[in-house]
Amino acid sequence: METATYNLKRFRREILRQFLMFGSLLLLFIFFSLSSPNFFTFGNIVSIMLATCVNGMLALGVTFVIITGGIDLSIGTVMTLSAVMSGVFITYWHLPVFLGILGGVGTGMLCGFANGVVISKMKLPPFIATLGMMMVAKGLALVISKAAPIYFTHAPSFSRIAMGSLVGKLFPGFDVPNAVLIFIVSIVLASIILTKTVVGRYDFAIGSNEEAARLSGLNVDKWKTVIYSLCGIFVGMGGVMMASRLNSAQPALGQGYELDAIAAVVIGGTSLSGGEGSTIGTVVGAFIMSTLINGLRILSVPQEWQIVVSGIIVIGAVYLDIIRRQG
Amino acid sequence: MKYLRSVLLLVVLAVVLSIGIACAEEKALYIPMISKGFQHQFWQAVKKGAEQAAKDYGVTITFEGPESEAMVDKQIDMLQAALAKKPDALCLAALDSKAVVPYVEKAKEMGIPVIGFDSGVESDIPVTTVATDNIKAAGYAADKMAELIGGEGEVALVVHDQTSRTGIDRRDGFVNRIKEKYPNIKIVDIQYGGGDHLKSTDLAKAIIQAHPNLKGIFGANEGSAIGVINAVRELNKIGQIVVIGYDSGKQQMDAIREGLMAGAITQNPVGMGYMAVEAAIKAVKGEELPKYIDSGFYWYDKSNIDSPEIKQCLYE
Repeated sequence: METATYNLKRFRREILRQFLMFGSLLLLFIFFSLSSPNFFTFGNIVSIMLATCVNGMLALGVTFVIITGGIDLSIGTVMTLSAVMSGVFITYWHLPVFLGILGGVGTGMLCGFANGVVISKMKLPPFIATLGMMMVAKGLALVISKAAPIYFTHAPSFSRIAMGSLVGKLFPGFDVPNAVLIFIVSIVLASIILTKTVVGRYDFAIGSNEEAARLSGLNVDKWKTVIYSLCGIFVGMGGVMMASRLNSAQPALGQGYELDAIAAVVIGGTSLSGGEGSTIGTVVGAFIMSTLINGLRILSVPQEWQIVVSGIIVIGAVYLDIIRRQG
Repeated sequence: MKYLRSVLLLVVLAVVLSIGIACAEEKALYIPMISKGFQHQFWQAVKKGAEQAAKDYGVTITFEGPESEAMVDKQIDMLQAALAKKPDALCLAALDSKAVVPYVEKAKEMGIPVIGFDSGVESDIPVTTVATDNIKAAGYAADKMAELIGGEGEVALVVHDQTSRTGIDRRDGFVNRIKEKYPNIKIVDIQYGGGDHLKSTDLAKAIIQAHPNLKGIFGANEGSAIGVINAVRELNKIGQIVVIGYDSGKQQMDAIREGLMAGAITQNPVGMGYMAVEAAIKAVKGEELPKYIDSGFYWYDKSNIDSPEIKQCLYE
């Protein structure tokens, strides 16, 4: 009986939280739309979605890792390395575009796999292991590309991955770039993996109580490696999307992107101590960040203040998480 | 409902902050400037010049740039937001001259004139580009070098690289001026140190040791110039070799005050910002503009390093 009321309470709180999160995003939209006629236009909404895509991909991937109670600091530079590798496949080796995509995504997965092995087999704390990978990936990206951008100009189909518009072909005038489409498909995939498959179940199990999971016979090492590799796949896709959007692989870019992604996850209500979280929360978190930045730009708020406001939002969101936990 | 209250508080806070900060909308011309950065003092100086022009001409500007010069994608997000505001003109210092092309094309479609500053875009669309004429500035450095060493003797160059536009222009500007005007000056060596302080120091030392009669060295950017200063100091050749630098930075400025360095060329970021806004206004009015506008440079040495005109162009 007691657990039942507890569960009900918890359920209601969860609903309230999700509602509030969507509510805040909606409020932001309403506020910016009222403040400027240039905010709520088709073109600008597409810009916001496009600006969310890459960060959103990284955030989706790292959500899985954070739910285990781990962290992945390497996602920013692994994304860069993935982009550079697809550049190597397509521009240096003249391989077909789909192999380039596979190469990029595969690179992300390999880096994730390496993270997983170092963390589960060599017992390094995730913070240190992925900090190391962050540097390795950054260095490799610079070495492989010889510190110069790799352009995809001779493979025009590559830039259509993110910037072409299937939707626009079906509904003329409605030019939503493919990157947004890919992002939406990835959200659906991530949600299914997290809520409907064993990977998701074990993810939460490890995060709630790693020792208990181990004692009940779960091969924690193996599943952790799987989860870090999964994160790598999303990161690799983010890298390919980034390269496609810029029509070039920029080897010096990427550091600092992990923090934006982690901020989106945290705003979305996923706890850094593990055991709880949702992909929808992460997506809303990523949208809150990009909407805020875009809106402040549209209002011509000086850049210095944009950063201050974003920081306040991050702190506020985590504070809310703490209140929720106590409440 | 402590939680709900906090959410509301947060949103209200964000809203109030934004309103407070957002400037009152005016009907003046609006010109956003998208730069390569905004924290670096060079860009702050560009911003200062742009703001001065905005004040003088009564237009509204905003100045934005990504946190690091690697963030090509962040710059594109800024560019998109700027275009969404349907500005009257746009000033752009592209981080990647190719990646921005589709957005510059979009600006053209929307009828928004684009003015490049600092570096160009690989497209014919920008009405004009306001940038430092490095060839001219390096030529002036060569004149100064000739004057300081008495019009004859051996000189050498330490350049950051042989592939970048600034590296090539500064090297050729210096070398060609010497060849054209000063037949008695011989350029004995040109070395490339990647702008790396340590590497430039080592190779400047090697140059000095290889050429005992060397009278002067030109360091073509901040890192190269600092390398030359270090080499002269380590080999105890202070006063025997004329050192001329480029750009600024604390170490270079200290060396000039100490007399270790004869002087240096600085770009004119304040002027660059001012001229970019000026060009944008002219473009909106439909006036003819040249394809390139030279934002000029200054020669600074011990005598004028603290003058207000120079000081605003230097950074530590």
